[in-house]
Amino acid sequence: MSPLVSIQGLSVAFNGVPVLRGVDIALGKGEALGLVGESGSGKSVTWLAALGLLPRHARVSGSVRLDGRELLGAPATELDRVRGGRVAMIFQDPASALNPVLTIRKQLCEALALHRDLQGEAVKAEAKRLLDLVGIPDAARRLSAYPHEFSGGQVQRIMIAMALAGNPDVLIADEPTTALDATIQAQILELLSTIRREMSMAMVLISHDLGVVAENCDRVAVMYAGRIVEQAPSNQLFADPVHPYAQGLIGALPPLDGPRRRLTAIPGTVPDPAHMPGGCAFAPRCALAEEACGLGAPSLAPIANDRTVACIRAEASRRALLGIAAE
Amino acid sequence: MSPPLVEVSGISRSYAMRSGMFGRSTAVHAVDGVSLAIAKGETLGLVGESGSGKSTTGRIVLGLEPPDRGEVRFDGKPMATPGTAAWRAQRARMQMIFQDPLGALDRRLPVATQIREPLDIHGLGSSAEREDRVRELLRAVELTPAHGARYPGALSGGQRQRIVLARALATKPDFLVCDEPVSALDVSIQAQVVNLLCDLQVQLSLTLLFISHDLRVVRQISNVVAVMYLGRIVEIGSADDLFARPEHPYTQALVSASPAPGRRSAGRIVLAGDPPNPAARPQGCAFHPRCPRAIARCASEVPVLSAVGGDRQVACHLVTGPRVERRDAA
Ligand SMILES: Nc1ncnc2c1ncn2[C@@H]1O[C@H](COP(=O)(O)OP(=O)(O)OP(=O)(O)O)[C@@H](O)[C@H]1O
Ligand SMILES: Nc1ncnc2c1ncn2[C@@H]1O[C@H](COP(=O)(O)OP(=O)(O)OP(=O)(O)O)[C@@H](O)[C@H]1O
Ligand code: SF4
Ligand code: SF4
Ligand SMILES: [Mg+2]
Ligand SMILES: [Mg+2]
Repeated sequence: MSPLVSIQGLSVAFNGVPVLRGVDIALGKGEALGLVGESGSGKSVTWLAALGLLPRHARVSGSVRLDGRELLGAPATELDRVRGGRVAMIFQDPASALNPVLTIRKQLCEALALHRDLQGEAVKAEAKRLLDLVGIPDAARRLSAYPHEFSGGQVQRIMIAMALAGNPDVLIADEPTTALDATIQAQILELLSTIRREMSMAMVLISHDLGVVAENCDRVAVMYAGRIVEQAPSNQLFADPVHPYAQGLIGALPPLDGPRRRLTAIPGTVPDPAHMPGGCAFAPRCALAEEACGLGAPSLAPIANDRTVACIRAEASRRALLGIAAE
Repeated sequence: MSPPLVEVSGISRSYAMRSGMFGRSTAVHAVDGVSLAIAKGETLGLVGESGSGKSTTGRIVLGLEPPDRGEVRFDGKPMATPGTAAWRAQRARMQMIFQDPLGALDRRLPVATQIREPLDIHGLGSSAEREDRVRELLRAVELTPAHGARYPGALSGGQRQRIVLARALATKPDFLVCDEPVSALDVSIQAQVVNLLCDLQVQLSLTLLFISHDLRVVRQISNVVAVMYLGRIVEIGSADDLFARPEHPYTQALVSASPAPGRRSAGRIVLAGDPPNPAARPQGCAFHPRCPRAIARCASEVPVLSAVGGDRQVACHLVTGPRVERRDAA
């Protein structure tokens, strides 16, 4: 089956500084893909670039296909139809995505008029249905309220309603629950899963929270310094991470039950995009690095069914994980 | 168990909040009758939803603002009157670290100067001794003198938080309040800072009040954990036990909402209803509008924090059973 969205060799540079360095992602119909990685690794830029939402000074190359049609360099009118239509995005900063001086009705109806062939009363009815769907109580009356009259969790629900206005095939949710309390976060994530199942919509869930991604996605891609370094089904990635960075991320997560153990912190910090090390970008922090790691950036290579890793020592790394002496 | 270094009894604090531009001002009970004791060398973790009063509790415990009611005792003595010499001496023994390390540092000064600042303020040691102490502190937080020469902007988030930690440790405090100290950091960097805090606590036998909304981090570092909801403690107990067997319905939902790799969300308790509003605290048990197990009594009677065996205390009518202790909140 050909993927719904296929990103290949996507690269982005700002003022000559590369921040995405060849990203490959495939997303199947109805699939939930998680995207995790350190702050600044390029998670948001990947999807902003794919949807043509980066500022002019960004240099973008590679390929982004939706159902086989190339989006990079597509005419603006076509991109306008795609965005908010077949592909919807919930942004990282919800407050900035709603207009504070317009009522929720006005904003929802605008989105509906743009992407759906609805007129007059039908638009209003649909707006109310969407608010009901995302669980805003008393939707009919609340339509005439302004964004500041809602709680943080409700604003996030309204964002989801706006994103659903165009009946999208894909929802890109960029840190949709980061600013919310744990119990509210659980509500929103459950809402997203329910809607996704009911509408058989694919979803890309961007999050720095490994737990959130593990529980809500079929497959996970781990980003580091502008590249995907590992990609695997969720359960396999968390049970048996192969890339040393992925292993580090999982080891750094304090357990919520069982005995406490010292956290295995990854030493050092993320490289500055303007001074990227040659070869593997993780090498300066990697316990398994060897001379060859500095020679060229490892490319994503399959290691099992539906699993790819970008590490020249993937095998040694796997053994280190299993506690078998490497060599 | 050693006697408590910090003893908080029945502190309350409310703020006047205006609703709308000309609206009447209503009282927000940020903290309402909170009692805690932290033994020397131990860490008490404080968790709870946004607005539940964690930071306010931290500020009152440090004497940064007075409680409306109740009392804080430090090392057996009540907090001294702000501004006095006794107060300054007491304050040098307690320090605070906040969430945002960049906001806590002055961008225009090299970080070593900022680590030295508390020593200058409290007039501790000669100039040469202060320089030595700064080097020692940098080493303690696993940084080098070269890092000390940099400005905050030239350090990573994790490094900045370590500078803030070094500065907090400069006066050799006994007690540290950490308010969301790792929340702004990436997971991999967070682990570095958490490990460092755990090590320093043992080495320096520090007593910590550790505030965070992240249950995992709190469990990692705390001996005892208190759960707050709308200004009150609803459950308190030893960290491992509390997260393994939460008794209060809110703690149960909170633990259940904490996502875990390898566990699917099936069986999760998902609360209905909106996040709590501190300006309109419900009557009775403040959690009752969202509580999946609420009974009639919950809407009118405030449950009292009561011992339920072991070192656990819970404020819930279901857990403490039919033994009615009617007490008004006010
Ligand atoms: N408009 C822009 N101009 C210049 N640089 C940018 C711009 N947008 C992003 N960047 C840079 O691109 C890199 C990737 O940023 P991106 O926002 O994709 O990170 P992220 O993985 O989403 O991080 P976070 O978890 O913090 O959201 C960063 O180094 C960032 O500073
Ligand atoms: N100086 C103040 N003036 C008015 N209201 C305040 C003030 N400080 C706190 N509050 C209110 O008191 C309540 C408790 O706030 P507090 O900051 O202690 O909560 P918190 O548990 O630390 O929340 P968070 O997790 O968001 O940091 C909130 O409703 C807050 O708006
Ligand atoms: S390629 Fe080398 S440096 Fe990079 S992750 Fe693998 S072992 Fe480490
Ligand atoms: S007292 Fe009642 S409402 Fe409150 S937590 Fe217990 S059961 Fe729920
Ligand atoms: Mg981002
Ligand atoms: Mg706070």
